Amino acid sequence: MSFFTELGRFIIFMRFVLKRPQKWSVFWKITFREMHNIGIESLIVVMLIATFTGAVTTIQTANQLLTPSDLFPTQLIPKFVVGAVVSTSSILELAPTVTCLVLAGKIGANIASEIGNKKISEQIDAYEVMGINSASFVALPKIIAGLIMIPSLVIVANFLLLYGGALATKFTTALTYDDLIEGARMVFHVPYIKIMLIKAFIFAFLITSLSSFQGYYTVGGALEVGEAGTKAVTKICIAILFFDLVIAQIFLGL
Amino acid sequence: MIDVQGLNKSFTDKHVLNDINLSFEAGKPNLVIGASGSGKSVLLKCLVGLMEPDTGNIAYDGRLLGSMGYQERQDFRREIGMLFQNNALFDSLTVEENVEFPLKMFSTLNAADRLDRVNECLAKVNLVNCNSKYPSEISGGMKKRVGIARAIALPIKYLFCDEPNSGLDPLTSRVIDELLVQITEDLGITTVINSHDMKTVADIGHKIVFIYDGKVEWVGSNLHLELGYSENPALSAFFKASF
Repeated sequence: MSFFTELGRFIIFMRFVLKRPQKWSVFWKITFREMHNIGIESLIVVMLIATFTGAVTTIQTANQLLTPSDLFPTQLIPKFVVGAVVSTSSILELAPTVTCLVLAGKIGANIASEIGNKKISEQIDAYEVMGINSASFVALPKIIAGLIMIPSLVIVANFLLLYGGALATKFTTALTYDDLIEGARMVFHVPYIKIMLIKAFIFAFLITSLSSFQGYYTVGGALEVGEAGTKAVTKICIAILFFDLVIAQIFLGL
Repeated sequence: MIDVQGLNKSFTDKHVLNDINLSFEAGKPNLVIGASGSGKSVLLKCLVGLMEPDTGNIAYDGRLLGSMGYQERQDFRREIGMLFQNNALFDSLTVEENVEFPLKMFSTLNAADRLDRVNECLAKVNLVNCNSKYPSEISGGMKKRVGIARAIALPIKYLFCDEPNSGLDPLTSRVIDELLVQITEDLGITTVINSHDMKTVADIGHKIVFIYDGKVEWVGSNLHLELGYSENPALSAFFKASF
């Protein structure tokens, strides 16, 4: 299937998804359950990845900038530069992009498989025959829950990336905690937080909507449900990387 | 009453339904029979609007399905109940929640009244003491009954059943048949049943439509089946292959 055919189907799918829910009380009940599934269930993995990535990024950045070389004498590079690099890359890239790529694997595959399973077991048809807008019923709560919880996870990840960096200073003599914090404070700009949140919202929409779309159009059996999960993750990752580039160029391109 | 006129449906180069003209009567079970791949399920999906026919009209008591707008069709579907071949029960919900689901979505009943209605529907299909069980914890026959209870939870006018006996033993199969007849008569609804179980056909086939290769090959009742066998070689072959 060509890219444009797929895009057309996605737009038509979203037209049905973004309709007013038929029963608000049922909609909010499902949305809160999805917020738990997407947010709380992913919290531990996000915390672990963010903390370790922050620590590793700090150690590697310190190693690259503070190791004597022919190119840059170490005396020319103040140690707080490491903190500046780590904090900026955490806010702009590691927190939103890496976290969302991880969540694409966890949440995206889960949503696609769940909806795909409903599709092949005729549960989606059952909704339709009852007069329920099935696309909206299965996908909209997940999208709304994702738009609330994924940016929240990104904010948590951002703090833990810096916390991981701070932890790393305990294990290296090249850099102190004060150097790290001084550098982070020196380059902190509020617009960077806005960019991080814009990325988080866009990526959250991509993760939940693309995986719902992939699951909703599953045809076949158990094998195809598994394939739907894999395809969803692949498409989400490509879309995240593409939009990451677009957002970087729009907001930070010189 | 459901009237079908000039219904055609094809998938790429395969013509699945070919100029289907039929009417289904209210208050008695209408059976659509035929071999696997003959077009029964596609006909049923066209009837409930899950598939769009290429050409032709489907009229529900004079209301044309094809002429309904999106919202009108959604509202109309609340008059339809359907029992799916694989039951299509919501696997994350209990039996009680499955039957309660359409009531929660479309009725103004409070929780206590909904529970009363759920128990009434479950009693109608002879299911008791399994409200808190999940679909994975009950037998095939019980799943069919839960499917029927869910289908009749709202006041429907039309009931569609896709292979209600598939995967069931002969005794349970007979119980489901009797249940469908009883519900059809009690509620005065138009029931359309897809089946290739000749026992069902002989027992409850008030009106029988035999579909062969996408066409209506024979229409009659269980009282005229023997005449049908002698008149129609395809029906005769289908009947003989069933035993």
